[in-house]
Amino acid sequence: MSKRIDVNNLNVYYGGFLAVEDVSLSIEAKSVTAFIGPSGCGKSTFLRTLNRMHEVIPGARVEGEVLMDGVNLYDPQVDPVAVRRHVGMVFQRPNPFPTMSIEENVLAGVKLNSKRMSKSDSQDLVESSLRGANLWEEVKDRLDKPGSSLSGGQQQRLCIARAIAIKPDVLLMDEPCSALDPISTLAIEDLIQELKSEYTIVIVTHNMQQAARVSEKTAFFNIAGTGKPGKLIEMDDTTTIFSAPAEKATEDYISGRFG
Amino acid sequence: MTTTQDRQSAGVEITPLTAPAQRTANTAFRGLSITAASLILVTLAAVATFLLVEAWPAITDASGELADKVSWIRPDEGQSLIEIAGYLIFGTVLISAIALLIATPLSIGIALFISHYAPRKLASGLGYLIDLLAAIPSVVYGLWGAIVLIPVLQPFYQWLADYLGWIPLFAPADDGTVSNTGRVALSAGIVLAIMVIPIITAVTREVFLQTPKLHEEAALAMGATRWEMVRMAVFPFGRSGIIGATMLGLGRALGETMAVYMILSVGLTYSFQILNAANHNTIASYIAGQFPEANSQGVSALIALGLALFVITLLVNMLARWIVSRRSEFSGAN
Ligand SMILES: Nc1ncnc2c1ncn2[C@@H]1O[C@H](COP(=O)(O)OP(=O)(O)O)[C@@H](O)[C@H]1O
Ligand SMILES: [Mg+2]
Repeated sequence: MSKRIDVNNLNVYYGGFLAVEDVSLSIEAKSVTAFIGPSGCGKSTFLRTLNRMHEVIPGARVEGEVLMDGVNLYDPQVDPVAVRRHVGMVFQRPNPFPTMSIEENVLAGVKLNSKRMSKSDSQDLVESSLRGANLWEEVKDRLDKPGSSLSGGQQQRLCIARAIAIKPDVLLMDEPCSALDPISTLAIEDLIQELKSEYTIVIVTHNMQQAARVSEKTAFFNIAGTGKPGKLIEMDDTTTIFSAPAEKATEDYISGRFG
Repeated sequence: MTTTQDRQSAGVEITPLTAPAQRTANTAFRGLSITAASLILVTLAAVATFLLVEAWPAITDASGELADKVSWIRPDEGQSLIEIAGYLIFGTVLISAIALLIATPLSIGIALFISHYAPRKLASGLGYLIDLLAAIPSVVYGLWGAIVLIPVLQPFYQWLADYLGWIPLFAPADDGTVSNTGRVALSAGIVLAIMVIPIITAVTREVFLQTPKLHEEAALAMGATRWEMVRMAVFPFGRSGIIGATMLGLGRALGETMAVYMILSVGLTYSFQILNAANHNTIASYIAGQFPEANSQGVSALIALGLALFVITLLVNMLARWIVSRRSEFSGAN
């Protein structure tokens, strides 16, 4: 459980368009790493290379390597499907399967591993995953209701429960709170604090207070102009980034002078 | 604070809060859509009334007058109007069922290939080709089926009867052979299947293409293979669309006249043996066959059969709606 990630000289393309250029960084195990930067600078694009979701877009590809505990995820022998079972993902907009009940949603990923589970085992897993996502108390009496009957914040926590039910090593979150109200946002932030004891967490956020609240390390991405590739400007301890960044661009961004 | 005068002097047009503007286009469109909707209802009612009124003499014929005036109604040989209707409904449903059983899985497969597997160029070419297939007139399908397809299929039918004859559907005649012309229910079903595949494919393809990216990615991101993603996100999302498409195909198959008329060697039985000739006929093909030589009582009897077809189609559609609505809570529409 919970692995470290080392990215070396990663270029990320959409067809002929270089969206993210030459990123090298390290993500510690059992920690929260935040990606910040103006919109369009390639945070989502880069995040999706960490579980090989980038390549589901036609024409999309990468150059360079992403090492998870030393294993290159882009090695030809590595199966992207297997990678995604180790690196879970939570999306910007909550996306529980509308045709499935709450319970079925939690078990959706587990069923893929096609291991037969006894009824009591799967019930236990549903409960522990929903507890893990701080959702159990709110939904325990209506597990058979559609996932889409929940509020936005609850849906997002359901998605987190679904992601942790398959016991990934790493959890990627792409602006998980941007569609949520402040109360739900706080609930998710608390949850992230709890989850980091077990998982390596990478979160993209446009909310700098959120980055400051939840993360140990922060990476600042920037873009020189439209059509130019996004780049990693700097990465450091979150406190350092927010108090004494090394780069002028970072300081400008966090003090709200642009972006 | 800008005042009204400021904005007026700045050239901003002010819409007063009272006195609604003449929304002519809005009113016109509203009228148009209401008219169109009522037109459909009126047409439906008109057709139903026509069928009922015209068929009434035949349906309510108690005196046996119908049997005297219409040559093909022979109550003494077990072929009263009701009995004929029974055979024909059976034949219609059987052949349409064969057609759908073949067409639905194939169409879903083709649609899925176009929407989720084929490279983009191939996909649009294939989609276009399928749409073209829908434009071929049914009489051409009938000709092609009778002249080209059936001779190819006939040896295969014999093979089916030889090896799978223990399945009632594929049972040969008593002498162990199947129809040597191949003009049997299975042929009609296959040609109908080919005719409805473009319809079902076109509709399901559109539905599959509309699967939210969000849900596809949710499945992929938890480690689903492409096929698992299809089962998790695409099929559930497209479920009511698939049912709708199938019903559309069924509607076409139930009512298809020309192709069946040209292919099937007809008969009136309740046989499930789809490899033997002279066992089945469909309502539409029967009407087409008898109509040219029918007298007024005959026409009335044929219209009664048409009424039966109308009712079947209506029932099928209601069933489809019921299936679609049953789990609407989970439909993803919310
Ligand atoms: N599916 C796509 N196809 C082509 N270009 C894309 C796609 N998604 C994003 N991009 C481009 O990649 C760049 C980075 O986008 P993104 O990663 O979404 O930025 P961020 O998440 O930081 O706002 C942008 O220029 C965007 O237009
Ligand atoms: Mg983004």
